[in-house]
Amino acid sequence: MNIIQQDFYTQAILSLAALVGLTSFLMLGQGRLLRLIFVFAAQGLLLTLTTAVAAYSLNNHHLYISAVLTLTLKVIFIPWMLRREVIQMNTHRDIEALHNQTAVMLGGATLMVFSYYVLHPIVQTTSAVMLNALAVSLSVVLLGMLLMISHRQAVAHVVGFMSIENGLFFAAIVATNGMPMVVELGVAFDVLVAAVLFGIFFFHIRTSIDSLDVDLLNRLHEVDK
Amino acid sequence: MIAAYLVLLIPFVGIVFFALAGHRADNGKLNVRFNAICLLATIWLAINVLNQGAILSSGKAFLIDPFNVYLIVLTAFVGLTTSIFSSPYMAHEKELGKLTDQRLKLYYSMYQGFMLAMYLVLTTNNMGVMWVAMEGATLATVLLVSLYRTPESIEAAWKYFILCGVGIAQALFGTILLYYAAVQVGDVENSLLWSVLYANAEKLNPEVLEIAFVFMLIGYGTKIGLVPLHNWLPDAHSEGPTPMSAVLSGLLLNDALYAVVRNKMLVDGSSHSNIAGFLMMGFGLLSFLVGALFLHRQKDIKRLFSYSSIEHMGMMTFAFGIGGPLATFAALLHMTVHSLTKSAIFVTVGHAAQLAGTQSMDKIRGLIKTQPQIGWGLLIGTVSIAGFPPFGVFTSEFLVLLATMHSYPWLTPLLLLGIGIAFAGLFRHVQPMVYGEKPEGQQSIKANLWPVMIHLGLVLWLGLAIPGFLANWFSQATLLISGSTPL
Repeated sequence: MNIIQQDFYTQAILSLAALVGLTSFLMLGQGRLLRLIFVFAAQGLLLTLTTAVAAYSLNNHHLYISAVLTLTLKVIFIPWMLRREVIQMNTHRDIEALHNQTAVMLGGATLMVFSYYVLHPIVQTTSAVMLNALAVSLSVVLLGMLLMISHRQAVAHVVGFMSIENGLFFAAIVATNGMPMVVELGVAFDVLVAAVLFGIFFFHIRTSIDSLDVDLLNRLHEVDK
Repeated sequence: MIAAYLVLLIPFVGIVFFALAGHRADNGKLNVRFNAICLLATIWLAINVLNQGAILSSGKAFLIDPFNVYLIVLTAFVGLTTSIFSSPYMAHEKELGKLTDQRLKLYYSMYQGFMLAMYLVLTTNNMGVMWVAMEGATLATVLLVSLYRTPESIEAAWKYFILCGVGIAQALFGTILLYYAAVQVGDVENSLLWSVLYANAEKLNPEVLEIAFVFMLIGYGTKIGLVPLHNWLPDAHSEGPTPMSAVLSGLLLNDALYAVVRNKMLVDGSSHSNIAGFLMMGFGLLSFLVGALFLHRQKDIKRLFSYSSIEHMGMMTFAFGIGGPLATFAALLHMTVHSLTKSAIFVTVGHAAQLAGTQSMDKIRGLIKTQPQIGWGLLIGTVSIAGFPPFGVFTSEFLVLLATMHSYPWLTPLLLLGIGIAFAGLFRHVQPMVYGEKPEGQQSIKANLWPVMIHLGLVLWLGLAIPGFLANWFSQATLLISGSTPL
């Protein structure tokens, strides 16, 4: 596959996929919460661009609605809510000490290779472009999980959670040109409700343990101690 | 088809009503009424299906076939009996000062929200909408788990939210892959409709579907409580209000399993490697054994029975995984009897915990002497869930064993071992709680045990004789899932 021989749409999608993957890695190594949220918003913006490019190239009008939804939810509303939370908690100057930074980054790289390995059978039925796009979205999902494992702040967990959604959304846009409208609206509704619930939870956790460090949530055990 | 729309409309009206109407003293009773009307609507729906066979709504948005119709009635029934229990129970919790009016309002509104999500999972024909509804069920219940606002309950709710949210995201990835496979064979407009997918299953790319199924199993499996994704389940069950534990165990776990089986039917139609079956058998057996072992080391009565739920869900997943007509029939029966028995047990457990003033099993003593209905209710419920004849759980577990002996004889000892361990684990905890002297000052409480008696009566009936129409539905569902009938 030679990238210069591809049409404009394919080239754009491939570059955007690479950038989305890159933002996931940037988030993984980020110890400052405000920067983490900024990178997350950037990922949302890339996603909006992807959707808009797909809508334009495929002349598919309902994708414009998805693009607007993504823009309002993932670029404006959720980052705004998280930023407000971080500033209120006065944690925006703290740098979270990440344990095993090198191992986490290497783990992230391994997950990306793993995504390619898992999805490789698909290449028989479709182009290598599709494999790239799907593998990047799967690795964004997996990197989001790794982000949640390696960070201890509840805000970082929410960013990880939402970045998993981003990965799924990217897969839906690129592989299938968006899900049916009813499903897409339903998913957006779920994401919105989840974001609001996270806001409520921040309040509860803060009043309960006076911090948003989820490592302090350790009262329940699988067996008696 | 009007009945199906009614089933969805009534809980929706319920959500809006409880959210807007403000706090009223009789909200509990109104909740019962909403659920009762809904049960009537589902029975109407069931009669329609009984007369006409599977119904596909115009626009193909909803599909009611023998596989989901009995689950819909079961959902409405357990929803009703639990709401009957919950009305005085929540009033009592409020008297104890654990709840405020505002939170009770939230509770009733979200109870209806949860019911709506469950009906939508079952009735929808669209795999994407099924995912949305499943996630909706998490969102509706997450604030109920933290209803008491104790540090433990907030921790449990956070864990539930994060684990189930991340877990179910995997199922969405699976759904996207499924859609991707479907788009390749054409008809983009209806490609996520289950009926369309099922009709074209043979044309779908088996490799893509197998990968998709792995994600579906992990995703919905988190909600079924499959080991090692089960971590949220005991916490959410033990820290939330007891009626929530009853509906989570009785309904949510079943519906998540339903979603997995629907997907398995598609994968089986496309690929003939039986990979879906093997995956389900592996996860199911692991959950079954781990759940049984963990029963021994519990201190909290609600945690004990939530591990028992993990164990039983494991057995059902295993049985669906085996896949023959006998195993499928057994799994369908087990879904019904487990749901009825487990919700009855949680209702009794709720009373027992209110009676003793604690959920710690070391402190609950002498239930039979204090209040015989509660003590006997718990004992009989435990006997039933442990799989003693003549209860329905015995019948279904026996059928699972038979099917295993037939298809994979070398796995039978493991199953028998698990059943034995679970039996010992349950009784070593339950026996001292029900028998023995009552602690000083323990008073009997006002308890409504009709739901328990009706549930256990039904389980007994299913153990002795399955009514003809139900057996007929089970056979038709088995035919749909496994390709042949057991009878």
